[in-house]
Amino acid sequence: MAEPTLAARLDVSGLGARFDAVTAVADLDLTLASGSFTALLGPSGCGKSTTLAMVAGLLAPTTGDVRLDGASLLGVPAERRPVSLVFQKPLLFPHLTVEQNVAYGLRVRRPAGGGSGRASRQEVATQVEEMLERVRLGGLGRRRVGELSGGQEQRVALARALVLRPRLLLLDEPFSQLDADLRAEMRALVRELHDEAELTTLFVTHDQDEAVELADTIVLMLEGRLAGEGSPETFYTAPPSLAAARFFGATNEVRGLVVAGLFRGQGLLEGALTVPTTAPDGAGVLVVRPEAVGLDGEVPALVCATRFAGSDVLVDTELLDGQSVRVRVPLGTRVAVGDRLSLALVPDRCTVFTQEAE
Amino acid sequence: MRETLRDRSRARGLSRIRPPGGLRTSATVVVLATAVLLPLVPLLVWSVAGTWRYPDVVPGRVTRRGLDLVLDGEVVSATATSLLIALTVAALACAIGLSAGRAIGLHRFRGRRLVQFLLLAPVIVPGLAVTLGIQVFFVRYGLADTVLGVVLVQLMPTVPYAATLLGAAYANLDVDYERQARTLGSGPLRTFLTVTVPLLRPALVTTALLTFLISWSEYILTLLIGGGQVTTLPLLLFAAIGSSDRTAAAALGLLVVLPPVVIVVLVAGRLRGRDDAWMGLARG
Repeated sequence: MAEPTLAARLDVSGLGARFDAVTAVADLDLTLASGSFTALLGPSGCGKSTTLAMVAGLLAPTTGDVRLDGASLLGVPAERRPVSLVFQKPLLFPHLTVEQNVAYGLRVRRPAGGGSGRASRQEVATQVEEMLERVRLGGLGRRRVGELSGGQEQRVALARALVLRPRLLLLDEPFSQLDADLRAEMRALVRELHDEAELTTLFVTHDQDEAVELADTIVLMLEGRLAGEGSPETFYTAPPSLAAARFFGATNEVRGLVVAGLFRGQGLLEGALTVPTTAPDGAGVLVVRPEAVGLDGEVPALVCATRFAGSDVLVDTELLDGQSVRVRVPLGTRVAVGDRLSLALVPDRCTVFTQEAE
Repeated sequence: MRETLRDRSRARGLSRIRPPGGLRTSATVVVLATAVLLPLVPLLVWSVAGTWRYPDVVPGRVTRRGLDLVLDGEVVSATATSLLIALTVAALACAIGLSAGRAIGLHRFRGRRLVQFLLLAPVIVPGLAVTLGIQVFFVRYGLADTVLGVVLVQLMPTVPYAATLLGAAYANLDVDYERQARTLGSGPLRTFLTVTVPLLRPALVTTALLTFLISWSEYILTLLIGGGQVTTLPLLLFAAIGSSDRTAAAALGLLVVLPPVVIVVLVAGRLRGRDDAWMGLARG
């Protein structure tokens, strides 16, 4: 690209959206550093697409503010925001060819700062062809939209969004309608385009694997609210909330009591299970992933079942007080039903949360 | 959108495997030609018949009186008036139909069914009854006996169809196309013109033709509001029929059916030429 894209910093504060009695998004705070790649993760219906629509200007927020490099976007109509959005569906205009689709934004967008007018026909053609090359669709510009495959359609949609050199790129589950291998290919392409063009990207997905693979930062949204934010690793090693740990799944929860910076097992586990923690005193839940549990500790457990899981073995154990803990051990580890194990709960791989009233 | 499935299969190289449509469309064209053009033959013969009495098979004398009549100043100006009114009515009905259709096709609001019914009401209630009632207002506002008044009154039988057709088209429209256009930098008006209208094009063409034809053949409303001052082709035709001048009636009749025939021939041509849905008559 001739001139580098100016990736913007996005600040969302206190953002809320209410439809009649339904609150879709509530009090959302979010900051995207310039040039970052953030995944907005959450189950369907959690309000992530609504959030994206508000950032893009397609929906007026009920509360809060959206700022790009400090300047509020409230009141700026969608067509005047330096933001591009790629939807779940390709939404290619069926009456236009591939290159006309990609050129659409260049033809209609007013130049920023009231410049000398729209780009010339020649400039547009050059930029479009360049952009099509970058999404690996070089030479297909003359095609009719209906002649493309699903993956190609979404590439055109990407090209159409990127050719405008947006200061913020929004992606709303753009690959969820594609096959698994095509999806992997498109992920790689998006990450590559992001790095090349130095974009700030906000990527909405309900697929945690996609979020982990693509993003620098994951923002988890549950029921319209922020439920945790951090690097992909954090969500595995030190999940920011119990809900976040549960959303990422395959995790153990052990109930106990926090006293003076120490998580203690209760009842028969008293004395057998202690893990240091920073959680406040009171009822607590210790969360640990199956692969983080060692077999060389001092928490007694009984093996109830073992299950072959491809590259390793899942062992279901029962603690003295009847709580179950799943452990992931390497293939070839000698474990059989009825064996007594001594589990190791390494403090820095365990997270303790205050137990919510249930 | 309606073509994606087929186009997908085309993209995968399946395009050559298609049902043999040639024979079917040829048959369609023959049927259309027979049903539409054949009834015109007697009309054509009558329009040049000087005298044609029972039991003659062909007219006893051929005359060019019918042709002269069609080229007569009064008929030419009536044709121009008819065209002007029909084109204006079609354009206005499309414009009103687009906004009304958007409301009933896209939005779920309280009383939507009622609005839908009210829009269709002029088709159900005889237009003549309503016109007799509102004629007084046309007189009061100086719209009686004017082309504008005739245009306005002809919106009554045309807008219901326009709103219904375009409402159905809007109901099938994916508004995300418009949202996408907005995020690409296109303002509301430009989005409407460059995205919405092309997406609605088939329905718009149908609506324009249908409303044009309704207006073109309207007689009673034109007579009532035009008060004989606004002379359209159907008015001349009915006058000729009333005076039992069969040659004149046949010649004028031919002139009146010309646009519908041209449209049908065009449709037939499109049916053969393109495998495209058109006027709801076929989907390739």
